[in-house]
Amino acid sequence: MNCFQLENVSHCYDKATVLHGVDLRLKPGEILGLFGHNGAGKTTSIKLILGLMKPTVGKVTVLGGEAGDPQVTQHIGYLPENVMFYPQLTGREILRHFARLKGAPLHQVPDLLKQVGLNDAMDARTKTYSKGMRQRLGLAQALLGRPKLLMLDEPTVGLDPVATADLYRLLRSLRDDGTGIVLCSHVLPGVEPYIDRAAILTDGTLKAAGDLPSLRQQANMPVTLTVQPAGHLADLEAVMGQAKVNTGLVVKHDHGSLLVDVRPNDKMELIKILMNSGEVADLGIHQPSLEDIYVHFIGSGGLAHRGAAQ
Amino acid sequence: MNAIWTIARKELSDSFRNRWLVAISLVFATLALGIAWFGAAASGQVGYASTPATIASLASLGIFLIPLIALLLAYDAIVGEEEGGTLLLLMTYPLSKSQLLLGKFLGHGLTLASATVIGFGVAGVAIALLVEDVAIGALAAAMGRFIGSTILLGWGFIALAYLVSVRVSEKPVAAGMSLAIWFFFVLIFDLVLLGVLVASEGKFNPELLPWLLMLNPTDIYRLLNIVAFGDSGQLSGVLSLGSDLPIGAGGLWLGLALWCAVPLTGALLLFKNRKI
Repeated sequence: MNCFQLENVSHCYDKATVLHGVDLRLKPGEILGLFGHNGAGKTTSIKLILGLMKPTVGKVTVLGGEAGDPQVTQHIGYLPENVMFYPQLTGREILRHFARLKGAPLHQVPDLLKQVGLNDAMDARTKTYSKGMRQRLGLAQALLGRPKLLMLDEPTVGLDPVATADLYRLLRSLRDDGTGIVLCSHVLPGVEPYIDRAAILTDGTLKAAGDLPSLRQQANMPVTLTVQPAGHLADLEAVMGQAKVNTGLVVKHDHGSLLVDVRPNDKMELIKILMNSGEVADLGIHQPSLEDIYVHFIGSGGLAHRGAAQ
Repeated sequence: MNAIWTIARKELSDSFRNRWLVAISLVFATLALGIAWFGAAASGQVGYASTPATIASLASLGIFLIPLIALLLAYDAIVGEEEGGTLLLLMTYPLSKSQLLLGKFLGHGLTLASATVIGFGVAGVAIALLVEDVAIGALAAAMGRFIGSTILLGWGFIALAYLVSVRVSEKPVAAGMSLAIWFFFVLIFDLVLLGVLVASEGKFNPELLPWLLMLNPTDIYRLLNIVAFGDSGQLSGVLSLGSDLPIGAGGLWLGLALWCAVPLTGALLLFKNRKI
């Protein structure tokens, strides 16, 4: 059973179409990164999965049921972007209130507050909370009742680096227990090591979806090699010069070493040539990062989109 | 049902916490005792005048105060949650919009009802204990009727406040519109009715006229508390129309109940269509 499945989903607000024929699914025990510029359709997709809206076209199945069905919603945890709470209540009171609404056992409340690092502040009113503390409380709220599907919108905003690392560790252990997790974030380098699959949305269409290696393959972006010469840089350059004829790669200087962009398919061949030449002291391989892939799929118009959407 | 009670319970504990409940009860008790003892001061004496006079004065003051308190209590029920950012989160829980609104109604309604029972109840007990020759039975019946109708009137205005709260998207707008509702029913309505009466110069169907009073819950409330004593002499202004109403106390109670049910149903329907 999929955690959720969008089949050919389109959605219109008034007359503007914000999602065009999106197909996306999430399996249990998987972390999906959902990326896109502002206004790309991330929030709309999340709202459709949460059952807050019905799609104009297409079908949304969540945890084997219909989105928005109370039986289904009970097993979904959601952390909205910029989560807010009742300022006059304490963290503990708020979490108890939400636990009752979700039908989660109340003994989870102190445990969860401890788990997100709020055990000292749980009896303080939330109006005294910092952004990071509100975020932690929001996370505790999302984890109530051991959800089977967890949707987190910008979960690391306001969290310090240690708390961020804790959060990702927590998400990993939840995933290993079979929870399906959706992670929306603009901090791409931060989430890159933790996601199993990525989905990239632009202007309401799904540009790409898959795990990182397959996305890299789709993007066919060059791999960058950092080559440190064993002797003179010129000798190394000569070797590269011969190789260049064969493979057509790009060479750049950088502080006495060479930066070489090579197409993924030619990478191993070039490395063999370099190793055989004996001119290499050290070799670094840089796969295109999630950020590079993202920019590739969003296209050069990405920044302009971002500006326009805000 | 569980979800409704969870929401109601939070509203109740909120009104304990922000001392609304205590404040309203105190206001009601002070008002009732003040009127009981000094209501007859205009006629040159201090002390308990009579049960009908006391209830009539209380009802006349009640129509100003009860709607205002009810509207203040409830105007931000939904728009406040939305502005606070919690409405979206609540809607991702296993909780329907109707359940949320009904839970709010239960919480606000219980707050107002308990404040009314405590405030006026204490006053009633004090009158029964301190005034020597008061007929306890008649006093209890009048107070019971007064408290019951006050609660219904309050619920009606809570429902009217929801009608605003589910429709607008900013709290100040909701507050302004609630005040407008108060202004209309408490001050404007009778004036307009009087104006229509005078301007029509008796050409208005006399059968129909008294029914117009049923269009205003505060008029029903006053009629209910004054007519019950069978003393139409207390009815002044447009209320004297009420003595021509062909319905008894039962009809008035039903009217007041409808003034709760209809706006609440309207608010539920409007809220269902609201986009989150």
